[in-house]
Amino acid sequence: MKYSIFSLARAALSGHKNWQPTWRDAAPKDRYDVVIIGGGGHGLATAWFLASEFGIRNVAVLEKGWIGSGNAGRNTTIIRSNYGLPGNTGFYELSMKLWERMEQDLNYNAMVSQRGVLNLYHSDAQRDAFARRGNTMRINGIDAELLDQAALRKMLPFLNFDNARFPVQGGLLQRRGGTARHDAVVWGYAHAASELGVDIIQNCEVTGFTRDANGKVTGVETSRGKIGAGKIGMAVAGSSSRVAAMAGLRLPIESHVLQAFVSEAIKPLIPGVMTFGAGHFYVSQSDKGGLVFGGDIDGYNSYAQRGNLPVVEDVCEGGMALIPMIGRVRLLRQWGGIMDMSMDGSPIIDKSPVDGLYINAGWCYGGFKATPGSGFVFAHLIARDQSHKEAALFRLDRFQRGAMIDEKGQGAQPNLH
Amino acid sequence: MRIVCPFCGERELGEFTYLGDAKPQRPAADAGEDAVYDYVYLRDNIAGPMSEHWYHGGGCRAWLKVTRNTLTHEISAVEPAAGAGAAKVGV
Repeated sequence: MKYSIFSLARAALSGHKNWQPTWRDAAPKDRYDVVIIGGGGHGLATAWFLASEFGIRNVAVLEKGWIGSGNAGRNTTIIRSNYGLPGNTGFYELSMKLWERMEQDLNYNAMVSQRGVLNLYHSDAQRDAFARRGNTMRINGIDAELLDQAALRKMLPFLNFDNARFPVQGGLLQRRGGTARHDAVVWGYAHAASELGVDIIQNCEVTGFTRDANGKVTGVETSRGKIGAGKIGMAVAGSSSRVAAMAGLRLPIESHVLQAFVSEAIKPLIPGVMTFGAGHFYVSQSDKGGLVFGGDIDGYNSYAQRGNLPVVEDVCEGGMALIPMIGRVRLLRQWGGIMDMSMDGSPIIDKSPVDGLYINAGWCYGGFKATPGSGFVFAHLIARDQSHKEAALFRLDRFQRGAMIDEKGQGAQPNLH
Repeated sequence: MRIVCPFCGERELGEFTYLGDAKPQRPAADAGEDAVYDYVYLRDNIAGPMSEHWYHGGGCRAWLKVTRNTLTHEISAVEPAAGAGAAKVGV
């Protein structure tokens, strides 16, 4: 069904009894042109772009749990395109432009809110680094503003400007950045993809690949039977190594747990997204009123979807150092998601060495903001067997070639990205 | 998660730093680029019991070999791993 003010009014007048399910809960067919493994944001976006932009509608999305049960519903909902390295800069801006038209494209309210993303700096050296990144963004046509302390004191009077160790000197602001409601993003893609004929198959775990004599993948074995496929794309985040291993591949990826937190709901307090520059802490306020925040990954390999207390302490200390008043707010919930940490902190969107199998992985803890861009370039890769120009550097073999995209300069130690 | 250090006893996680999978061995100097690529970049990324190196920086400063289940965080064995860190930087 199409959502509009009229459909809302009609439903309201009939007591909200006539709403249709947002998407069809499909049963698997014998064969599809393309099978996407992973019904998170990236997988669903890929399916939708395949159907809407590239004319491939005989597509299935296989999800081992239910739509939105993984990282799609666990992230801190931030969208931004403030990257500094070639490869990342253009790709994330492509994604940002797709965020700006997503709701119209999908006919779904994803609550995209461009309330600004502010990275705070606390030293002269950090200011210079931020100025450089801001300039990189601006020469690539992306908005960025370097603000000094006086400007921030007007905007955010509650920051701990005179902290003896980490005074807030200013910040790099991307006004077009912000947040989006993460559940609505997956529901929106599921809705729009389903309308175009894509089968969304839940509770369907992939257990293996079927291959022909030449080694090409011809389908998947699942908990709901065999499904044939012309091409297979995998977008399974923290499970990337496990799924790739079924095809005999080892990836330059480790799975780590990242925790996120939400406070009790309070009146409007924090106007946009802000990040502490002297520790790892980022925060925004949801429309329900809770402060949504997070920090570093826990630092050890994990598939457990829950973290430990040292990082809880570290994140809360970061929050207290930056915004002392939030010590009065009670923590409501905390959870963990499994991040596919790559060896340079940047993603992999490429054909795999196995014919017919395409990889979308290595998002580290930055996958949410990339959702529409990732879907678009992955669909482009699958449909045309050729990388989109904005994803041309996200190659699987870049580590072998020494062509890393290491935004943080940490090297092959994924728990430091 | 707590780790029972063989030298210090049971200590909280914040005292320890993680290095990673203990299985990869640094290849010989003449092993060639592919072997080095494999060692530096590729990971088994085990879902289940995994042998890994931890450093007890907040205690005895010993390197430890910890067997831990990555699906549950359950630790089944901890033993000293002398030289683990040094091996990683190529002594």
